[in-house]
Amino acid sequence: MLKQMEGSLAVAEAVALCRPEVVCAYPITPQTHIVEGVGALVKSGALENCEFINVESEFAALSVAIGASAAGARAYTATASQGLLYMAEAVYNAAGLGLPIVMTVGNRAIGAPINIWNDHTDAMALKDAGWIQLFAETNQEAVDLHIQAFRLAEELSCPVMVCVDGFILTHAHERVDIPTQDEVDAFLPPYEPVQVLDPAQPYSIGAMVGPDAFTEVRYLAHEKQLQALRLIPEIANVFKDVFGRSSGGLVHPYRTEDAETIVVALGSINGTIKDVVDQMRENGGAIGSLSICAFRPFPLDELRAALINAKRVVVVEKSLAPGLGGIAAPDVRMALREAPLPVYTVIAGLGGRPITMAALQEVFEVAGDDRLPDMQFLDLDYAAVEHELVRARQIRRSGPTAENILKHLGAPALASGE
Amino acid sequence: MSKAQAVAYKQGDYKSKVKPIWCPGCGDYHVLISITRALAEIGVAPEDVAVISGIGCSSRIPAYTNCYGFHGVHGRSLALAAGLKVARPDLTVLITSGDGDGFSIGGNHFLHACRRNVDMTYIVMDNRVYGMTKGQPSPTTEPDWDSALSPGGTGLRPFHPLVIALASGANFVARTFSGDPNGTARVLVEAIRHPGFSFVEILSPCVTFRPDEKEWKNMVHTAPVEPTDDAARAARRIMTDDGFNLGVLYRGHRAPYQPEIGTASVDVADLEEAFLL
Repeated sequence: MLKQMEGSLAVAEAVALCRPEVVCAYPITPQTHIVEGVGALVKSGALENCEFINVESEFAALSVAIGASAAGARAYTATASQGLLYMAEAVYNAAGLGLPIVMTVGNRAIGAPINIWNDHTDAMALKDAGWIQLFAETNQEAVDLHIQAFRLAEELSCPVMVCVDGFILTHAHERVDIPTQDEVDAFLPPYEPVQVLDPAQPYSIGAMVGPDAFTEVRYLAHEKQLQALRLIPEIANVFKDVFGRSSGGLVHPYRTEDAETIVVALGSINGTIKDVVDQMRENGGAIGSLSICAFRPFPLDELRAALINAKRVVVVEKSLAPGLGGIAAPDVRMALREAPLPVYTVIAGLGGRPITMAALQEVFEVAGDDRLPDMQFLDLDYAAVEHELVRARQIRRSGPTAENILKHLGAPALASGE
Repeated sequence: MSKAQAVAYKQGDYKSKVKPIWCPGCGDYHVLISITRALAEIGVAPEDVAVISGIGCSSRIPAYTNCYGFHGVHGRSLALAAGLKVARPDLTVLITSGDGDGFSIGGNHFLHACRRNVDMTYIVMDNRVYGMTKGQPSPTTEPDWDSALSPGGTGLRPFHPLVIALASGANFVARTFSGDPNGTARVLVEAIRHPGFSFVEILSPCVTFRPDEKEWKNMVHTAPVEPTDDAARAARRIMTDDGFNLGVLYRGHRAPYQPEIGTASVDVADLEEAFLL
């Protein structure tokens, strides 16, 4: 049914349609509305047979989900930012144990300095924990990816993280098609765990594995991700048959066929990028874009096939590896490792900085002339950073960088909320 | 502390120019007044005070003072403060927290900070709700308080911070009410001056998400008995009171944690001597 609703509540409805049996959460902006939405559905009785547990931290939230999943329940949690990092040990644990938990991450920056707005630093910090990572482009896709995520997680017995851009998607009101319970039931069978509590065969979960077998267990975690490369498009196809729309899959190419410049990005920024592509196409620009929906497993072959005929690739990413540059861009380069075309990195939207069409178009045009540096920060205030660099060189006790920059810029942020 | 210093500072000297973003009517405004009033009464220079916090409405306080401030990550303020205090024992260290930051995600540090007994003052603004994330139950929330994140209530027994502080070894335990800023300031003066780990729970209403707490002003009352140094007696009183009993409820005599920073290094020859078989 078509509804005009907040992204978080749409995700909550999608999760509830998947009939989770244990939901556990701790509040953190911008994720809170999602689990509150699930809570409201438990309270109203729309979601039955679900134990909703309010826990003392994110570490507890995922640990409760791990316990529930190990005992055979369909388990769900959600978090963001600092919360994801706080539960990091359990994130690795869930993947190592092969427990098909689904978790929403309402993507948000990581402090310090504290910042509640959107970027992808949180998910990128945990990209190699062994979870499947899917990035939603729109609220409709966020809904659809959650429904696919439970099926994917349970078929593989592997946890799935669905990344939804904080505020830009979670708090945006959009038109969303919420499926019916019958449709979801037809697509998502009841959970059949590969590990069950069997009185005839009790076993211990999480036992010590030494050097003799650890590599093999880790290999199998990698192998599971490779299986996911096959399964993700299959599930997206079945989804299309049942629900009548395309969502998910590994990558979404847009006007790439004859494109000389292809822009690669994750998540909601692809909407803006497509608008820029359309605008530049109208003026004769040979440009296209590609949204990476599945970041883990990383679709090397699909990226290569989509990008190999371009003259250049521009990766626009909302995350930064200090000391290296981008986080997604090196993976894209890996897909093109024998190809001679340049892969430029544009770091954009950190801590919620708006990414404008004008700024993107300018950078794409410069890239089109191959005048872009290997790595560039979009809309960086060079005067402010230069001022601070000079200051730090001149004064040994130069003080905390964040405070200094705020003072230099007139400190409007000091009085704003968190 | 000389008398000259005591008259040198006014309450306003401890306030920064940053305007608080708390909701109108929030109890935390009065807590900020009480803290600055207590510091002025003690007469410690603002630059000799460090105010450490985690995340939440209460944790905004460092930015609103002219002291050293540290806005740490959620729940870790006590551990941060312990590190800061042992590195700079000369500073007066205050930790400002709330019932969510302090008792749930930071609950483990609370136990161990009480045990460690570092000379600092832990001020928890208890409003029995997560205010900054807009109204979820905390460990001190009543079990039947209904919210979106706790459909029908958590059903969980509320955490009892004062008794837990006592059982864990806190050296000073008190409860105050934000609506009585003078009384709170008096208790804070005593807490800051008391050696070791002092814990002050301030009932600080959240008028936005717990409007029922506006009634607290009619429910609080001064503890009818003298403070004790007997932890078991204090615990019994606190366990049986109505939760609105204000005052200093326990004063202990445990020696505070002594940092060993700056002790002379050991000579290698002495070490060899010590390990001779």
